[in-house]
Amino acid sequence: MTEHQKDPVVVGFAQVKEEPAKRAGDTEQSALPPGRTDASGWHIGGRTLQSRFLLGTAGYPSPAVLQQAISASGTQVVTVSLRRQLAAGAPASADGDFFGIVKSTGAHLLPNTAGCRTAREAITLAQMARELFDTTWIKLEVVGDEHTLQPDPFELVDAALQLVKDGFEVFPYCTDDLVSCQRLLDVGCKILMPWGAPIGSGQGLVNPGALRTLRARLSGVPLIVDAGIGSPADAVQAMELGLDGVLLNTAVAKALNPVRMARAFGLGIQAGRLAFEAGVMAQQDMAVASTPVAGYPILL
Amino acid sequence: MNAALTLPEAPTITLTMNGAAHTTIACTLAQWMAAQGLAGDALATAVNGAFVPRALRAQRLLAEGDTILTFQPIEGG
Repeated sequence: MTEHQKDPVVVGFAQVKEEPAKRAGDTEQSALPPGRTDASGWHIGGRTLQSRFLLGTAGYPSPAVLQQAISASGTQVVTVSLRRQLAAGAPASADGDFFGIVKSTGAHLLPNTAGCRTAREAITLAQMARELFDTTWIKLEVVGDEHTLQPDPFELVDAALQLVKDGFEVFPYCTDDLVSCQRLLDVGCKILMPWGAPIGSGQGLVNPGALRTLRARLSGVPLIVDAGIGSPADAVQAMELGLDGVLLNTAVAKALNPVRMARAFGLGIQAGRLAFEAGVMAQQDMAVASTPVAGYPILL
Repeated sequence: MNAALTLPEAPTITLTMNGAAHTTIACTLAQWMAAQGLAGDALATAVNGAFVPRALRAQRLLAEGDTILTFQPIEGG
């Protein structure tokens, strides 16, 4: 084993003194706050987080692998869910000590309303989740199409309106449609989670232009790409677009090595955020020599 | 005389519990959960599609034909 193989890959950066981040061409209004880097924290749902990676907990080969993946990812937020019990006398959980393992990681819990088709169903499930997981955070999912699992924008807004009134911090899983996103903000959502692609598809960002529009039009609103991410490259792309975070599950859980993939996504999301803050260079149509040649004698 | 002191038996009612028919003499949701041996803190409950908070289970009376659902934590994406 070589030296570098012995050393674990650490998700995180050494603290370095940086100049205030500022993108080329920024006006004073759009300049990033001084010192705002991935390592300095961001704010969401009343909490300050260092990691911009939100990780799902479903579909792992074993509870032990899930626990290791959470640790390797560096995430501070994991999604959980509720399931109706099947019948009297059924075991409390068919998944071993899943909940105990998740709680032991210390990550904040973000329960979802997966499987709901109406606002009423989602509201009821959110109320249960608040009690069971002892959090006001709720990832609001209301599916409008069985084939694509596309969120229903109308039911979503109806449910969000009620849940916000009831004191929830609503994380709506929504499409990348600007106007429906604005309606969610109108009813009190402070965070949006537009899809990158259909859930579990691994297609990456199928409409980066729409996400770019959301970023431009909804300045200051935390935007978390949720669903459809396939590889760390997709997550890097989302972060370079200026989105605030990435939520994914299947891309890690179904990787050949979920623990390593969790680490890869953690690093990729940090790299993408730093690249956004650093300002990616503008593309050029033609070659531009990088080595200075002015004043050099032409020898051949 | 002894007969006069005997409390009337609680009526048996038939419920639907997580999709299955189920008879009980429990009068409240809390009594029903205790009779089933269900841990109160580990589950969330609904009766007839409406959430019943933990603190209100002892007050939620059950009636013939009620539908009870119990929910447990699971993994999620």
